[in-house]
Amino acid sequence: MSSPTHTSTAGSGRINPVYLVLGCTVFAAAAQVLMKFGAMYKMPELHPADMASVIGFVSALLGNWQLLLGYTMHACNAFLLILALRDGELSMLYPIIALTYVWVNLLSMYFFHDTLNWWKGCGIVLVIGGVSLLGIASRRK
Amino acid sequence: MNHTPLSSILLVLSGTVIGSFGAVFLKLGSAPLKNGLRYILNWKLAAGVGLFVGSSVPFVMGLRHGELSVLYPMAAMTNVWTMIWSKIFFHEPVTKAKVGALGLILAGIVCIGLGGS
Repeated sequence: MSSPTHTSTAGSGRINPVYLVLGCTVFAAAAQVLMKFGAMYKMPELHPADMASVIGFVSALLGNWQLLLGYTMHACNAFLLILALRDGELSMLYPIIALTYVWVNLLSMYFFHDTLNWWKGCGIVLVIGGVSLLGIASRRK
Repeated sequence: MNHTPLSSILLVLSGTVIGSFGAVFLKLGSAPLKNGLRYILNWKLAAGVGLFVGSSVPFVMGLRHGELSVLYPMAAMTNVWTMIWSKIFFHEPVTKAKVGALGLILAGIVCIGLGGS
């Protein structure tokens, strides 16, 4: 069950799987931010035995565009990950997903005014360093 | 909350194991796609997505009673299991670069977890 590395895609017109996983991380981060916004959306109470409350809840859910867009972004993330795994090594590609932590922290600073402390800054640098190392290693293959 | 119960740690760790098998099944299910995107509907991909979604259940249960700064970095253990399964099931080489990168990423996630506590 050995899998080819990304270099096997050379000349096939396929996108480098490392870039696909980088795209995954952007979609995943956007999904998390959107779902956070969606979670702040005021939803009516749900009483499963009461059809009117179920209809009200479902219509409110369908009106929660941030939540729906968040789920859509998660689906895009999964699709890109599957395409990446088709052509690349799991052990090379999967850790790159950790870059999502970096985007989420940066987006949280912008959208939710979260603060960046020393630990978070250090963590972001280390994650970027690790992902960069994987990127360099994948090019050398 | 001053401490994290062992049950929460075990729940989160079990979530990481389930999630890592989700990645394995996604990899297995992605192989038929080399013959075209029409093969996207296969049981291995469905199992992979199912395991990923299922892994969130013990994770959320574990988070209810534990400290996020302890449990959040533990979620990164999925990366470790995935590297082990990649070696066992797909015979992928475990290179120094991969191990070094994984170490940096895990350290980074621990730092981010500490920064969020």
